[in-house]
Amino acid sequence: MDSDILQNLYVFLLATFLGLEVIRRVSPLLHTPLMSLTNAISAIAVVGSLVIAGEQKTTLSTLLGAVAVTASMINIVGGYLITYRMLRMFKKRESKKP
Amino acid sequence: MSDQVIHIIYMGSAACFILALKWLSAVPTARRGVIVGIAGMLLAVGGTLLKPELLHGGFASYRWIAVAFVIGSVIGVPMAMMPMTAVPQRTALSHAFGALAAALVGTAEFYLQAPHVSHFTMGALGLEVLLGFLTFTASLMAFGKLQEILPTRPITYRGQNFVNLSLLGAAILSAVWLVVDPAQARLFPVLSALALMFGVLFIIPIGGADMPTVISLLNSYAGLSAAAMGFVLNNKLLIIAGALDGSSGLILSIIMCKAMNRSFANVLFGAFGQVQVSAAAQEQKTARSAGPEDAAALLEDANSVMIVPGYGMAVAQAQHAVHDLFDALIKKGVDVKFAIHPVAGRMPGHMNVLLAEANIPYDKLLELDDANAELPQTDVALVIGANDVTNPAARTDKTSPIYGMPILDVDKARTVMVIKRSLNPGFAGIDNQLYYLDKTLMLFGDAKAFTTQLVKQLNESGSGR
Repeated sequence: MDSDILQNLYVFLLATFLGLEVIRRVSPLLHTPLMSLTNAISAIAVVGSLVIAGEQKTTLSTLLGAVAVTASMINIVGGYLITYRMLRMFKKRESKKP
Repeated sequence: MSDQVIHIIYMGSAACFILALKWLSAVPTARRGVIVGIAGMLLAVGGTLLKPELLHGGFASYRWIAVAFVIGSVIGVPMAMMPMTAVPQRTALSHAFGALAAALVGTAEFYLQAPHVSHFTMGALGLEVLLGFLTFTASLMAFGKLQEILPTRPITYRGQNFVNLSLLGAAILSAVWLVVDPAQARLFPVLSALALMFGVLFIIPIGGADMPTVISLLNSYAGLSAAAMGFVLNNKLLIIAGALDGSSGLILSIIMCKAMNRSFANVLFGAFGQVQVSAAAQEQKTARSAGPEDAAALLEDANSVMIVPGYGMAVAQAQHAVHDLFDALIKKGVDVKFAIHPVAGRMPGHMNVLLAEANIPYDKLLELDDANAELPQTDVALVIGANDVTNPAARTDKTSPIYGMPILDVDKARTVMVIKRSLNPGFAGIDNQLYYLDKTLMLFGDAKAFTTQLVKQLNESGSGR
């Protein structure tokens, strides 16, 4: 196995354990915003899609890449926006109604 | 820009994502978490746009990207503006988009590299495409069920598990074959088709009450698919972000399974609530019922009230009426709290978001254990649209299908009131003994209409006690 693969496996292992530790601490109160935030973060697939859509090596790859960028962009814009919207609703004390 | 600079930008992005999740753990820091998450994504996208592969192509490289950005934003903004009651289906839909992106990148990579794909790359590609495509169709199916375009009851047929497992087996087999012999390019469409089909069939037997677990699981798969892409592209940022997402979905699905006292295998292959006609349902039992006047009087006289919301509250869109009830009772000096079961609703945390949207302070929302500690000292427990999570059979009846599931001990409160349309059993098809207890009053009616009537009664009875 070449060293890149081994390094990547180490990174994956450490990131998974870090993720488990960080996420375990998230209050059940915030589980829905957690899911919409991780959803937005998983749109990181955009990194791969951008290169394929930009390089335009073949018609097929350009098409697939462009659709993938669109799908990722929906999640980036939608995911962060709705998470922020949700979190703005969590208030400690009753605010006076207008 | 040079590769080193881009690596450093990516490192910053990865750090931002980790901080985002860390800060999301508590309400006071959570909004900061979203901001740093956005910063992470901007770094990732910005860094990628500056890659030499794209810069060399000049303006032409960016035309399709620009079009995709515009279309994605135009669809993404309205998806973020959906009402909070629609959050479960919105989440399912965005799992579908995330998984589709990963699967399509995998497909493009395969055809760009074929037939010279290394064995390891092929393994990662196989995993990426398998998880990506199956999560895509499964999430669309989950969306259909949550949006009630498709029947929400689990659909089962003889040999279903055999069919599903063989399909998955065939998909894995074709992936393994491709790893052994990556030159077999014809197998790639077969793998994709099998994964897409499995995604559909996998959700058919899943019912509404299992949605929180399944949505969490799909969340995890979408993340793992992105991590697999990281291995294909040798990109550590993808691996880190994908692993974070994967572990988050995994933790949530474990929490959901524990809250139902069921195993993963049971959720995925059990088709819960299908043919459970219990003998007890046939017995003639009588439940006491009351109208809004009596119920309001009891609530007014109580010192403490615990409201137990469930999916029925979401369906009836009753959260704002519940907020008015909360207000009316607080004004009369009653201590009102909410007891939230982890699987109440259709996704993790669903009830909390709905009640927060209705302006209920989040420190009044109690988790299972805290609520159960307070219920024995509570004067009135008011159940609105929840059923199985309050069924005492889970504690007492060993023959009950839900035996062992952690429930809210509503029956320990001094008086129990249940707003419900009828005595029909809930999702699991199990009769709820709670309704026949001497201390229980059934308030028959629509959750929103009845709650509104309660508020009216309370407000008419004057401010003094």
